[in-house]
Amino acid sequence: MLKRTAFYDIHSAIGAKLIDFGGFEMPVQYAGILKEHQAVRERAGIFDVSHMGEIMVRGPKALDLIQFATVNDASKLTPGKIQYSAMCYEDGGIVDDLLVYCITLDEYLLVVNASNKEKDLAWITSLNEKIGAELEDISEQTCLLAVQGPKSIEILQKLTQINLSEITYYTFEIGEFAGFEDVILSATGYTGEKGFEIYFDSRKVDPAVIWNSIMSAGSGFGLEPAGLGARDTLRLEMGFALYGNDISSQTTTLEAGLGWITKLDKGNFCGREALLSQKDSGVTKRLVGFKTDDRRAIPRSHYILKDDSGNEIGEVTSGGQSPNLGIGIGMGYVISEFAKIDTKINVEIRGKAFPAIVTKPPFIKN
Amino acid sequence: MSYPSELKYTKDHEWIRVHDDGTATIGITEFAQGELGDIVFVDIHEIGSTVDKDDTFGSVEAVKTVSELFMPVDAEILEINPELESNPELVNEDPYGAGWMVKVKINNADQLNDLLDASSYQDIIA
Repeated sequence: MLKRTAFYDIHSAIGAKLIDFGGFEMPVQYAGILKEHQAVRERAGIFDVSHMGEIMVRGPKALDLIQFATVNDASKLTPGKIQYSAMCYEDGGIVDDLLVYCITLDEYLLVVNASNKEKDLAWITSLNEKIGAELEDISEQTCLLAVQGPKSIEILQKLTQINLSEITYYTFEIGEFAGFEDVILSATGYTGEKGFEIYFDSRKVDPAVIWNSIMSAGSGFGLEPAGLGARDTLRLEMGFALYGNDISSQTTTLEAGLGWITKLDKGNFCGREALLSQKDSGVTKRLVGFKTDDRRAIPRSHYILKDDSGNEIGEVTSGGQSPNLGIGIGMGYVISEFAKIDTKINVEIRGKAFPAIVTKPPFIKN
Repeated sequence: MSYPSELKYTKDHEWIRVHDDGTATIGITEFAQGELGDIVFVDIHEIGSTVDKDDTFGSVEAVKTVSELFMPVDAEILEINPELESNPELVNEDPYGAGWMVKVKINNADQLNDLLDASSYQDIIA
């Protein structure tokens, strides 16, 4: 039986097409992926992403656990700050990517992928055996809406006294929003646009009231509900990795281009030794972005990447036609000698090789 | 959703409109375009190709997925809808009209009897 978010009835009533995503019955589209994509790029979109998992880590050992479980340096966080991070297995393979919210210096919120939540919780619990932080899975009661797009701040500002323009990227405030207390207003997102992710407890806040308040506030701004389909095309244009496609237990953070969050000198953490030795010896494959400059050459997951002589050099992990650029764009792993920007590669589509160029994401610049 | 009664259908969601001169026009159904969502490219085999019944004559690329197109009967591709090159969304907007995909010469008319009529097709998508 698929789980449903608190917004299921709203999605059904407004004609969403629902699919199974991470064990949840989620809206993949409402009016159409391309319309929703453009609404977010040009105006604003509202996404129900309540399927995401939320885990609280509390107590005097909270930071110790997070430092051991994640690759980024959580000791740099102060209350109100957010960090993009990842958890790795001993061999450096990625358990999940996540956001770490510092609420107080002994209270942190981890936001993880829906489809990984049970696995993540079991993993963190096992690491915690020798550390002794307090863990609580609050996914069930936690709602999450993302409002993204150039008009998003103007829209949301109508619903709160908190000055949203002062909340800088990757920081958050907790306060009153749409008449409810204890709402987390987080300046984060997965679209490359300005915007907020809004977390609240469905036991204290009426989810339908929040949704309707945001929709009313956005009515003069062209705000549209947007589904997971648009979320995927938007994140692909930014080159943001998606767990299960671009990163997995078979890829390390260094191979995935996440060296910038992998703080090998922060002290011991799970996967550090494997990552250190991989850094010393050099990665043999590397996640890259590439574009085809052809609207007809549309890369898809698992298509083969080749060099000019037809030798296999890698595999596509995410791809599609960029709605904003109108050309094929993708991400994939290539053997390291082909990972340099501007390297000419080929993507095999239905038996034919189409030229592509290795490109540093984001594919579109705001 | 509409399923014109003068058309024949396949279980793979193509429709075929048979003309008096032994040619036919082929596209995908209202149901298929709805399931695929926004269509961004239609890739058809070359004009002049002969394709056997149930073999692929091309692919349709939607934003999220790519699907193969299956030939309803043994046929030769005579014409490809030139409008789809720059306006693939016509398949979404008007799947039985402006969104047609190919015109073909039918090479085995007996196979038309194996196809579904509108009501049988609606039964399989119900």
